[in-house]
Amino acid sequence: MSGGARAVLAGLGIAGVVFVILWGAVDLPAVGHYLGPYGDVVTPLAVFARHSTDAVSAVNFDFRGIDTLGEEFILFTSVLGVTLLLRQSEEGAKGEGESEDRAQGRPTPSTGDAVRSFGSGMVGLLVLFGTYMVTHGTVTPGGGFQGGVILATVPLLVYLSSSAEIFERIAPRRLVEAGESAGAFGYVLVGLFGVIAGVEFLRNVVPLGKTGTLTGGGTTVLLNLTVGLEVATGFVLLMLAFVDEALQRRRRAQR
Amino acid sequence: MALTVALQLVALCLLAVLGPGVVLTRDPVRQAIAVSFFGLVLAATFFLFRAPDVALSQLVIGAVALPLMILLALTKVKNREAEQAQTKQAEEGGS
Repeated sequence: MSGGARAVLAGLGIAGVVFVILWGAVDLPAVGHYLGPYGDVVTPLAVFARHSTDAVSAVNFDFRGIDTLGEEFILFTSVLGVTLLLRQSEEGAKGEGESEDRAQGRPTPSTGDAVRSFGSGMVGLLVLFGTYMVTHGTVTPGGGFQGGVILATVPLLVYLSSSAEIFERIAPRRLVEAGESAGAFGYVLVGLFGVIAGVEFLRNVVPLGKTGTLTGGGTTVLLNLTVGLEVATGFVLLMLAFVDEALQRRRRAQR
Repeated sequence: MALTVALQLVALCLLAVLGPGVVLTRDPVRQAIAVSFFGLVLAATFFLFRAPDVALSQLVIGAVALPLMILLALTKVKNREAEQAQTKQAEEGGS
């Protein structure tokens, strides 16, 4: 296809997209003037029937907890897929005596003082913030998913401000893998509480606490904890694959 | 209130500049950084439009996880290219 024809085709496509978006935006209600019925139903339900002040968490982990289970397993299988794909090429490098190579204390490009001190200074703060985010899903915006990613950035920060070897020491692969599986299984386990109590899977059977406290939403805080564990370890597994690749490349450059 | 509207407008204008900016960046490594910055501004926009939960999800996915995955994929591709170049060199040297 010639350049001119391609430009015409792209122009037509863009014009169409812009037209549809503008058409759809004409009758939108003003910001903050929500028209649907669902929001007005769910907000009082979340606070009075589920003792959760964050309606989004009440929806995600209670009213439609089964969807979140599906989402968690999407992440689980994605991480599994990435790890499998990246593992294939590791086989070749293993033959070169990987552990030996790593133990020699190879010189690594040194990190700048500013990055090192800022990075290590942030570690404690991020652990605290991530844990806060995971545990306070019932009360304030956030929850296991967001908190999990924040927690996963802690080992990443350690890697950036120190070395790949220290990263692999503070995040041993077996422990991280076990954590991911435990997180995924934990969600199902909390769901089974309902079945054990003789009602539906994922029914909120844990007694509701006082509104506005962490245990207010019954199973919400438990599910948030399992999701936090699963997401944090899942992302650390992805980073482990990344660090392995980077180490391989450094090794090859030295040969 | 007026301040919120002003900030919303600033955020929307920034998005209008940053979006094409990501597309027009040709080097994938730089693009990963650009898309991370775009994600950050998008998260701020969600927050300004009173959607703090979505803003948090956007922040962790758009500004952290997505660029990380792009860099991971790029490292993988570069490693493979380096491997192929090495095998080629070895073959040429041997013959």
